[in-house]
Amino acid sequence: MPPTTLMGVTRMVEPRKNYLRPLDLKHGHVDMAHGAGGRAMAQLIDELFARHLGNEWLAQGDDGAVLPAPGAGRLVMATDSHVVSPLFFPGGDIGCLAVHGTINDVAVMGAQPLWLSAAFILEEGLPLADLARIVASMATAARQAGVPIVTGDTKVVERGKGDGVFITTTGVGLVPPGRELSGSRAQPGDAILVSGTLGDHGMAIMAGRENLGFESPIVSDTAALHGLIADLLASGGDIHVLRDPTRGGLATTLNEIARQSGVGMMLQEKALPISPPVAAACEFLGLDPLYVANEGKLVAICPQNDAEKVLTAMRGHPLGACAAVIGTVHHDPQRFVQMTTAFGGKRMVDWLTGDQLPRIC
Amino acid sequence: MKYLAEFRDGEVAKKLAAAIAREVNPERRYRFMEFCGGHTHAISRYGVADLLPENVRMIHGPGCPVCVLPIGRIDQAIQLALEEGVILCTYGDCLRVPASGGLSLLKAKAQGGDIRMIYSCADAVTLARQNPDKQVVFFAIGFETTTPPTAVAIKQAAALGLSNFSVLCCHVLTPPAIASIMEGVDEQLQLDGFVGPAHVSTIIGSRPYEPFATQYRKPVVIAGFEPLDVLQAIRMLIRQVNDGRAEVENEFSRAVDRDGNRKAQALMDEVFELRESFEWRGLGTLPHSARRLRAEFAGFDAERRFALAYRPVADQKGCDCGEILRGIKRPQECKLFGTVCTPENPIGSCMVSSEGACAAHYTYGRYKDG
Repeated sequence: MPPTTLMGVTRMVEPRKNYLRPLDLKHGHVDMAHGAGGRAMAQLIDELFARHLGNEWLAQGDDGAVLPAPGAGRLVMATDSHVVSPLFFPGGDIGCLAVHGTINDVAVMGAQPLWLSAAFILEEGLPLADLARIVASMATAARQAGVPIVTGDTKVVERGKGDGVFITTTGVGLVPPGRELSGSRAQPGDAILVSGTLGDHGMAIMAGRENLGFESPIVSDTAALHGLIADLLASGGDIHVLRDPTRGGLATTLNEIARQSGVGMMLQEKALPISPPVAAACEFLGLDPLYVANEGKLVAICPQNDAEKVLTAMRGHPLGACAAVIGTVHHDPQRFVQMTTAFGGKRMVDWLTGDQLPRIC
Repeated sequence: MKYLAEFRDGEVAKKLAAAIAREVNPERRYRFMEFCGGHTHAISRYGVADLLPENVRMIHGPGCPVCVLPIGRIDQAIQLALEEGVILCTYGDCLRVPASGGLSLLKAKAQGGDIRMIYSCADAVTLARQNPDKQVVFFAIGFETTTPPTAVAIKQAAALGLSNFSVLCCHVLTPPAIASIMEGVDEQLQLDGFVGPAHVSTIIGSRPYEPFATQYRKPVVIAGFEPLDVLQAIRMLIRQVNDGRAEVENEFSRAVDRDGNRKAQALMDEVFELRESFEWRGLGTLPHSARRLRAEFAGFDAERRFALAYRPVADQKGCDCGEILRGIKRPQECKLFGTVCTPENPIGSCMVSSEGACAAHYTYGRYKDG
């Protein structure tokens, strides 16, 4: 800035370099000024968001990111809001979750995820140290996934009107020509596969939230799945449906696909991969792991003949080591998802009712 | 999962089912009632009925804690939350039970009532300590299984001198409910025996069921909540029927003996006394079938603290929960089942808890209805 001279005193139009005290990332808290559009907000963006997330598109500094037009194919766009409590849990935090969740929503459409946006709603009083940890975690997740966060927004709400921080991410990806994945493409005779153990994320959150102090800590499976998905698509198997069974668990995802495709499904309880700690925790709380959320798992549906190929590809990726074929698709105008129990009987695997509540006795 | 997988083993189940198929007399029918919702849930979730011969039928009984709770009691809890402004704590299953005026505790919560789902009644005591300027009421429901912990919470609150903690006590007793089935509807049901409660029996023991064997000549086999327990108990009942015996047998001997948990019984007796009578959903008003706080603990009795009056409310028109709880009707025989009454929009209590006969059939078995 050019100095101006007034009555012999040199003054700066802008505060002197050291006039603005840096954010106190150790003991500071988010306050209303951080969302007011003034210097405090600019400082938060510079010292926290840009520092961690910085890339050429964010550095453009305009209202929107100007991105190169991707090549041939169709664009996929998906958005997801994250409101998890607690913000930090074994195996992850709301930051990496917000990156993984949206990358996965784009990737299960068969798309290569290209860019993300991130919008933050911060609650007054949130420790800046927590925010920094969350944003750093997002940055790491985005970098590891190779999907930059190119634009963002920050708002602050009064204390008591948020839950620390809410993060909405939107992702854009490119599906190459000729690739058709959809929840409406499951066909009678298809095989149903999952990429690994069920219920890890939900139980990790539950254990953290309810302070139940399980002895063997359950770790969230939060992960970006586009690498695994690329391997599956390269396997040569004719994959009809890919979906990540998040909130509501595997049961909800399969019911959605059954409805969309107008088919029934029969699962084999014996084949379901569930880790012993998750099984034990669910048992303890009276929950069914089929309805517990995952954040790094994939459901794949493909013709029976290709199942082996797809399974091998899944198992060949570190995120798919515990993959299994868990059932088949059949004709059923009622679109019921059913299961042959390990006990030898049959039952439905119905839609989730409300929140899954623990049983009394 | 060790200690549980053993009781869910499909190979053992197959052998047991084959043994049952060999032992049943094809000339007759066997009708057994599983009293407990826990058994109803296990039968539905594991598909136990699919392993039984055609002539063995299981009839769901009334032993589901939230199912037998009449509307008037939920109304009291809602009144406390909405009108008295208390923090009302209860177990998860209670939240969705329909009450008067289209309300439930969940809907009352949305209207601003401070209603909290807890896992243990000790959490309610903790809440009372953390909120000294608020009244905290624990809405206590359930059979003998959940009663001793409530007694512990009350004693703990007394020891701490908490003046802002109280209990809306709706704890009920199992034997009067079984007696009511035997006396009231057995002519219609023509039961051949009972699968006796699992967890309840760990508290009260097997002795209280003995009159049902001697007086009513009905076999009772106490069974655990795992599917192999249920299957084995059914086999034991079939044997009793075939032999013409009516005894109390104990399949759940790994947890239940004749006397039960005397310490827990003493605790219940210390804190609670029997109510003259109590209204149950489906079973009507039964004498000496529920507990209330003794005079020594009157200070922790929400009914006294807030001068709550009990107002009985009739079940919704068309709702057959009463008949279903008594085993007279099957869930799918209710006109409302699966049409207006679903787990998302329950009209009656049996559609709420996963232990309720209607919810269990809707969630796990309705594919059989065609």
